[in-house]
Amino acid sequence: MIPRHAAPVRNVALLMILGLVMAACGPAAGPTPGGPTTGSPAAGTPAAMSPDAASPDAPSPDAASPDAASPDATTPGEGSPEAPGAGGDVVMLSTQLAPLEEAEKMRNAILADYPGGFPGENFVPAATAAEFADRATAEAASGEGGGTVGVLGGLHGDLSLLAEQGQLMDLTELAGELSDVGFIEAYMELGRFGGDEQLFIPWMQATYILAASEEAMQYLPEGADQNALTWQQITEWGQNIFDATGDQRLGFPAGPEGLWHRFFQGFALPAFTGAVNTQFNSPEAVEMWTWLRDTWQYVNPQSTTYSFMQDPLQTGEVWVAWDHVARLRDAFTANPDGYVAMPAPAGPQGRAFMPVIAGLAIPNSAPDVEAAEELIRYLTSPETSGVTLREVGFFPASEAELPSDLDPGIQEMSDAVVALTGASDALPALLPVGLGEQNGAYNQVFRDAFESIVIGNADIQETLDREAANLQSVLDTSGAACWSPDPPSDGACQVE
Amino acid sequence: MTADARPLAAVPPERAPLRRRRAGRQRLVGRGLLYLVAALMALWVLLPVYMVTVTAFSPRDLVFLYPKSFIPVEISTDSLAFFANATGVIPALWRSVQVAIVTLIISMVIGAPAGYAIARFAFRGRNAYRLLILSTRAFPIVILSIPLAIAFIQWGIYDTIWAVALMHTALALPFTVLITSSIFVSVPRELEEAAQTLGSTPVGAFFKVVLPLALPGLAAAAIFTFVLSWNEVFAAVILTLRERTLPALVLTVLTQSPLPFRFAAAFFMLAPSLIVIFFIRKYLLGLWGRVVK
Amino acid sequence: MRSQRLGWAPYALLLPSLIYMAIFFAAPMLQSFGLAFQDQSGAWSTASIERMLRDAQFQRALFTTVALIVLIIPIQFALALAMALVINARLKASGLWLYVFALPLGVSELAAGIIWFNIFTERGWLNTILEGFGLVERPYIFLNPQEPFWLILAVVLAESWRATSIIMIILVAGLQSIPRDYLEAADVFGATTMQKVRRVILPLLRPSLQVALILRTILAFQVFATVIAIAGRGLTVLAAEAYRWYGDLRDVHVAAAYAGLILLLSIISTILFLWLLPTREEQLA
Repeated sequence: MIPRHAAPVRNVALLMILGLVMAACGPAAGPTPGGPTTGSPAAGTPAAMSPDAASPDAPSPDAASPDAASPDATTPGEGSPEAPGAGGDVVMLSTQLAPLEEAEKMRNAILADYPGGFPGENFVPAATAAEFADRATAEAASGEGGGTVGVLGGLHGDLSLLAEQGQLMDLTELAGELSDVGFIEAYMELGRFGGDEQLFIPWMQATYILAASEEAMQYLPEGADQNALTWQQITEWGQNIFDATGDQRLGFPAGPEGLWHRFFQGFALPAFTGAVNTQFNSPEAVEMWTWLRDTWQYVNPQSTTYSFMQDPLQTGEVWVAWDHVARLRDAFTANPDGYVAMPAPAGPQGRAFMPVIAGLAIPNSAPDVEAAEELIRYLTSPETSGVTLREVGFFPASEAELPSDLDPGIQEMSDAVVALTGASDALPALLPVGLGEQNGAYNQVFRDAFESIVIGNADIQETLDREAANLQSVLDTSGAACWSPDPPSDGACQVE
Repeated sequence: MTADARPLAAVPPERAPLRRRRAGRQRLVGRGLLYLVAALMALWVLLPVYMVTVTAFSPRDLVFLYPKSFIPVEISTDSLAFFANATGVIPALWRSVQVAIVTLIISMVIGAPAGYAIARFAFRGRNAYRLLILSTRAFPIVILSIPLAIAFIQWGIYDTIWAVALMHTALALPFTVLITSSIFVSVPRELEEAAQTLGSTPVGAFFKVVLPLALPGLAAAAIFTFVLSWNEVFAAVILTLRERTLPALVLTVLTQSPLPFRFAAAFFMLAPSLIVIFFIRKYLLGLWGRVVK
Repeated sequence: MRSQRLGWAPYALLLPSLIYMAIFFAAPMLQSFGLAFQDQSGAWSTASIERMLRDAQFQRALFTTVALIVLIIPIQFALALAMALVINARLKASGLWLYVFALPLGVSELAAGIIWFNIFTERGWLNTILEGFGLVERPYIFLNPQEPFWLILAVVLAESWRATSIIMIILVAGLQSIPRDYLEAADVFGATTMQKVRRVILPLLRPSLQVALILRTILAFQVFATVIAIAGRGLTVLAAEAYRWYGDLRDVHVAAAYAGLILLLSIISTILFLWLLPTREEQLA
């Protein structure tokens, strides 16, 4: 006779045992993984593709077979060398295309034509750069061939840390094979991190644009050309809106995950001073900070909580925003007629902008290097680049011809990017080179300066003096030489 | 106990009937007040849950609308459906359940006896043990990411639900030990000893007498552990790559995706734990009308 | 006495937990803890600790952390106790009340942050209500980095809402073990509800209160996702700084220094609670 009070205990115990058994039987199958294709038609026949591309359904098998035909006896890890053209089991860890819709498009559209199919769960988005770096470091500790990740996809900044720690494989040979793709040489250079080894292959590029909602356009300053604005005109724009509505409707991604430091490194500082590091503490820099502080009265104070401008644009808290195209995409694709994309404004020294490069790398601990290289070939091919642009709005990192059948929202953004890069006063500011582990500290200098000057209302010159010292210390520690648009330097870049 | 009861006994006996009537009315008012307080607190809890639910079931453009409407104008399952069908979401949900259950079992099996020891025995090192085991929990785990990942890779269980469950148990154990100990303390020692004098073994006395009375406390520890494991994200993110639990998988959604998907994800994560709580709540409330003498 | 007859029993019962924690936690934790006492090159020094103390954000983080804890803990305990008493009073459908009060259990820190951000944001739920009732003319910007009062209030509300259920569960379990005849005796003597709570329930609830306080405080020191999600860069707490130094600046030493500080503060508050709320066992021991 089981005592009455023991019956519920028995039931719970049975449930628990059941749970243990289920867990022991390994990851149970839920409903089919992978979801329906979304939105725009996937991988249609891109007739407007560059003439030298092979047929879309067989992305460069010719390039693949010479390697696969000679069984590489030194390939470690998963056993038998892959058959030519059959997608090996490769896991890709990526900080790019991480948001839900982009990740699904990557799996269901961009990777749809991968030879042999690409299981959805093999594309693993990393939510933070920290996770990305931690996992890569942990797998690196497991030695050559002992890891799970085959391809690392990340921003130049994400990969520079790993490059510094010597965790990336030399891809010079692969780069040689891919010479037909026509990668932009400046980006290949970035991929060498100042050394001789090609540590990443450029994958996609993007930049930052201005986005404004339709209702803001009526407040554009008199005589302003929306495709050739200046930063001063942005202030006027904000003022016009404030005078008319009483609201602060400019917006910037000054939040914790926002790419706010790029605003200073690639846009504001070069536009006012013509350089980034060397002129950090110059009178022109003071001018820039003064301008920003004056403008901030027309900026929504919640900007320090915004990391992705697409949300506040759509809620209406912000009418004019500056942000990375990937972080504005949702507004444009959901409501293409509701928003206007414009190239970044110009300052006294020109229309400074920073192209953001994402690259593909293979860690030393990759289990199957063949399969990893296969994936890189696929992702950088012109067809896939076209699909990528169409699906998520990231441009190819090569001179490929762009497809013409883009989503209206993506088209809007892409036009602005083209207008920006082709402007007569365009002033490209490159990504920081050679900072390695000091990347975070470098970015911190700009954020701290912002928080002191604009939020904390501190004296500009004092703050700049202090932060210039910090900046110099970061540059000295990393030994990074100056990079464009600063004039080249011998040894570590010097702040004047 | 006696010290507490004395002031109440200071009422002179001849005023007892009046006291009782006033007490009766007081109890009615008290009862009404209780319902009011309960309703207010329920409102406080429910309002944000309602907001999440309404937003999760709204079409995209209504999510961004202002002023927000409390009455849903239009219902759409598009965002939720897209989210639920996205790669890996349902399997991750399943894995979270498995991990939470395994965590629950292991931590109760290891933790409850330790809780009993702390409650019943006054041994040397008791306080030291308590402080020690709590201090493991006071250290932010994010810093341990790399050493833990390396350790689990070396043990060969990296990227499995077992890795996550074992780590979650380590995180939950200090709490399980403490919660169960606080419950065992309240079960009168005399009952166990009485059972033993009647011929039961110490272990038997534990199972027949202590365990049923401690059931609410064990249920509380169980809920705590389950919820902790269910919501835990750091360890899950670093220890898994393809075998992700739900919080690890949706971290990108919660931090990077547009608003409608964030709400869909938040709602989706909220829903399953509602089911678990539904089942465990009976045990939490224990045996009604228990009188101990 | 028990402890004399079965002297080894308690240690035997404790052993599995100690072994388990030793395997999974001890080595990485000691190693990471040691990192705080090294500088960037790995040599033993207090340079990292000094770096932490000198950092511009340190004082802000420390102050905000302590302020949040001092505000959140009492509010949560008052709420949780009220909820637990309501449930214990066995109103009609008390199972339903328990269910409702336990709803936020399924909400993670980050999800709670997102929800409450959307309540306090300029074009969010709170402003909808305020404007709807005519209390404000235009939406008020609560989440302004120059108004820390509202930022802290928003975080306090979010955390109180999210984590109260956990405490409530522990207190409900503790209440179950209070013998009903004590409460009935109190009724016979004509005690009001307040007197019953203060004189009978609270003292008997001490073990659960002590445990819940310790647990909640330890967890509260590590909260940061809620703070970041609501306040963005407007507020920072110690755990957020630890995370920033680790993830962003890749300086594991200063991060370990912050972690060590959190550990220290947690231990101090644990000892404080053990001292302020001793259970009868401890008083007798």
